[in-house]
Amino acid sequence: MKFLADAREFLPILLHGLWLTIVITFGSLALSTLLGLVWALMRVSRLRALQRLAKVIVNTIRGIPIIVQLFYIYFVMPELGLTLTALQAAIIGLGIAYSAYQAENFRAGIEAIDKGQIEASESLGMSWSLMMRRVVMPQAIKIILPPYGNTMIMMLKDSSQASTITVAELTLQGQLIASSTFKYTSVLTMVAVLYLVMSIPLILFVGWLERRMQQARR
Amino acid sequence: MIELVELRKSFGSVEVLQGITAHIGRGEVVCIIGPSGSGKSTILRCINGLEDYDGGSVTIDGTRVDRSSPAIKSIRTQIAMVFQRFNLFPHRTALENVIEGPIYVKGTKREEAVPRAIELLSRVGLSGKANAYPAELSGGQMQRVAIARALAMQPKAILFDEPTSSLDPELVGEVLSVMRALAEDGMTMVVVTHEIRFAREVADRVLFLDHGRILEEGPARQVLTTPQHVRTQEFLRRVLSPI
Repeated sequence: MKFLADAREFLPILLHGLWLTIVITFGSLALSTLLGLVWALMRVSRLRALQRLAKVIVNTIRGIPIIVQLFYIYFVMPELGLTLTALQAAIIGLGIAYSAYQAENFRAGIEAIDKGQIEASESLGMSWSLMMRRVVMPQAIKIILPPYGNTMIMMLKDSSQASTITVAELTLQGQLIASSTFKYTSVLTMVAVLYLVMSIPLILFVGWLERRMQQARR
Repeated sequence: MIELVELRKSFGSVEVLQGITAHIGRGEVVCIIGPSGSGKSTILRCINGLEDYDGGSVTIDGTRVDRSSPAIKSIRTQIAMVFQRFNLFPHRTALENVIEGPIYVKGTKREEAVPRAIELLSRVGLSGKANAYPAELSGGQMQRVAIARALAMQPKAILFDEPTSSLDPELVGEVLSVMRALAEDGMTMVVVTHEIRFAREVADRVLFLDHGRILEEGPARQVLTTPQHVRTQEFLRRVLSPI
């Protein structure tokens, strides 16, 4: 009963945090997808220099903890003349950090396409970009999608790292309420349940994608 | 039309083509036979620039085939290729496979490309399968779609890379008869094959390749029935009566 009373009191505030969590997740998902696609296409391009550059970028991003990247963008960028709001910094930071994983997933999907497909496209006189658009990507997307769903779930949870640069998303909001009311049990339970409510549909969706993928392989 | 002069190609330290010189004229059907690993497929792949070569030259009507030049795309639209493993686009129907090149590479209008593709599919005996996906077709049907896809580009010549080698024996005939019809229509064809009977009946000329060299060449009947070179004799004996 006490929990319900607490819920009634704190849920509206937590829901505001939840909204920011959703904004960060989808914002950084979009950015990481875009950047990841750029890195992956550079990686599989025919220009050695682009391949190498993409490799350096991806490894650099992968080799630095997300939290450090967030700090860097939020606290160091202003010194270089680029001041961002905490929310902007969170979206950009997580977007860049995850672009490396997205790139590796996209590249794996692209490279899994049978070489015969590439030869058939070439023998029809297709350019590289036409082949990517018409032949490779439409097939690769089926391979890419299940791990992409997993990345979405991880990003949803990692959006909580935005709390470290003062974005009052779900985790920080919960922490603030809990530490000022000392109702840790009920507040943090609510926070955990809210994350679960968001991630379980995603988890089920990924499971469905994976099963569909298995069937398509047969 | 297709001119190979002293064509050389190495993979690492292995020289798979050791100076191939050959001329394929318009309307000619040339079969390339020989043991596996003799470089037969590599010749085809050099003709349409799927593979680089290290020495000599390949020219199509006087234009040099160079994999790294921008002209390669236009050469490839003129020289179509049919692969051993069909290489159809699995995410597109038979009809979509056939119209893909005309529409997206040559810029043909869909209203023109579709009726033409339907006509080509019926020419290879697949008018009923226009909306089937490759996974729903047999190997022989897939290869016939691949031939229709090649024809849709209205090529000057078609290269066939062991077109029946991955087919079940009972499906070989339907593909060969489509190829025979093409040859009778005057299509220029270069065919890498192990089908000796097809070569004897359809080809104008046969090249026998061994270890990257042309050991023997001439009119199909002559090379296949009265081979001069001992390696050719051995090869034919092995292929014709394997046990």
